[in-house]
Amino acid sequence: MAKFGKKKKGLPPVSTASLPDIVFMLLFFFMVTTTMRETDLKIDSPRLPSASEVKKLEHKSLVTTIYVGKAKETGKYGTGFNRIQLNDKIGTPDQIPAFIENARSKVSETEVPFMTTSIKADKESNVGTLADIRLKLRDVNALKLSLSTQKGDAIKK
Amino acid sequence: MARRENPEINAGSMADIAFLLLIFFLVTTTMDVDSGISKRLAEKPPKNYEPPKIKQKNIFEISINRNNQLFVDGQVMEMKDLREAALNFIDNGGGLGNAKEGEEAKPCDYCQGAKDPESSDHPNKAIIAVESDRATEYGTYIVVQNELLSAYSELRDRLSQKKYNMTYPELEEAFKASGRKDESLRKKVEFIKNSYPQIITDIEPTDVN
Repeated sequence: MAKFGKKKKGLPPVSTASLPDIVFMLLFFFMVTTTMRETDLKIDSPRLPSASEVKKLEHKSLVTTIYVGKAKETGKYGTGFNRIQLNDKIGTPDQIPAFIENARSKVSETEVPFMTTSIKADKESNVGTLADIRLKLRDVNALKLSLSTQKGDAIKK
Repeated sequence: MARRENPEINAGSMADIAFLLLIFFLVTTTMDVDSGISKRLAEKPPKNYEPPKIKQKNIFEISINRNNQLFVDGQVMEMKDLREAALNFIDNGGGLGNAKEGEEAKPCDYCQGAKDPESSDHPNKAIIAVESDRATEYGTYIVVQNELLSAYSELRDRLSQKKYNMTYPELEEAFKASGRKDESLRKKVEFIKNSYPQIITDIEPTDVN
């Protein structure tokens, strides 16, 4: 009796050996889905207006983005909401044709007509800036445009 | 001396390290799908191009001033009424539409508007012109565009429900699901699209300083 006495006391501990596996699985998922921002924003992240009639932007590789908003370096560029960012620096509308040509050179010729320009502009920026951009885009025949918005109700009730 | 067995490596902290990385990626990931109001710019007009003459009653003029106020066809209007007004204008159907190839001009037989002779003739003639000041806020401009588009989508939806018993987005979705190959679906989508074409133009902004 003494020799074969029950040694077990209570439940055995739950094995957590597979916990790292599960965590790694999640980790890989997030590593794969994460896209790091390609360009440094030189302007404050634009507060996009909201709208309900939106379309999703497809074919990320065919999208060129123009940011419009307030410059981070307010000393250099002032506090207006109408600075335009092309690539990594703040530019003027006159540089847009070159910017578009540059983007075009990266895709094959057959895909050029499907290229879209996405404008991410701050709510408080002015229509005048948009109009300047529009004119320059028309000059280089970049006619597909997407005015980036959040999804939501446009009119605040 | 007895050969000692290799001690097992303690993997207990592996989970901690993995969690650390996981939390980093959790925080940096943004799942937003880019979306926006899509527009198509008009091509650059050739030199000495003469714009076609358009009857005043077929133009729905919206002006936004620098204080973000709306003037629609010469009257002050609140943003919440814009959609309704645009809808009535597009759907009026007071006259003959643009003739299609090989067909005679027909009145709008699917319109349910008031058929007011002072308002638009046909959805395919109805032009919405948005004029804004250079200093108009972009947010307001987007709201206006959104209201106009929602008026169009309501009309398209209504026609699509009536004719094909499905909403227009469902119809488009079905067409996309067929790999854009189904001819009968293509015809349906085109029909709805052409019944209420979105003709929204931007007039170059005025500069009032």
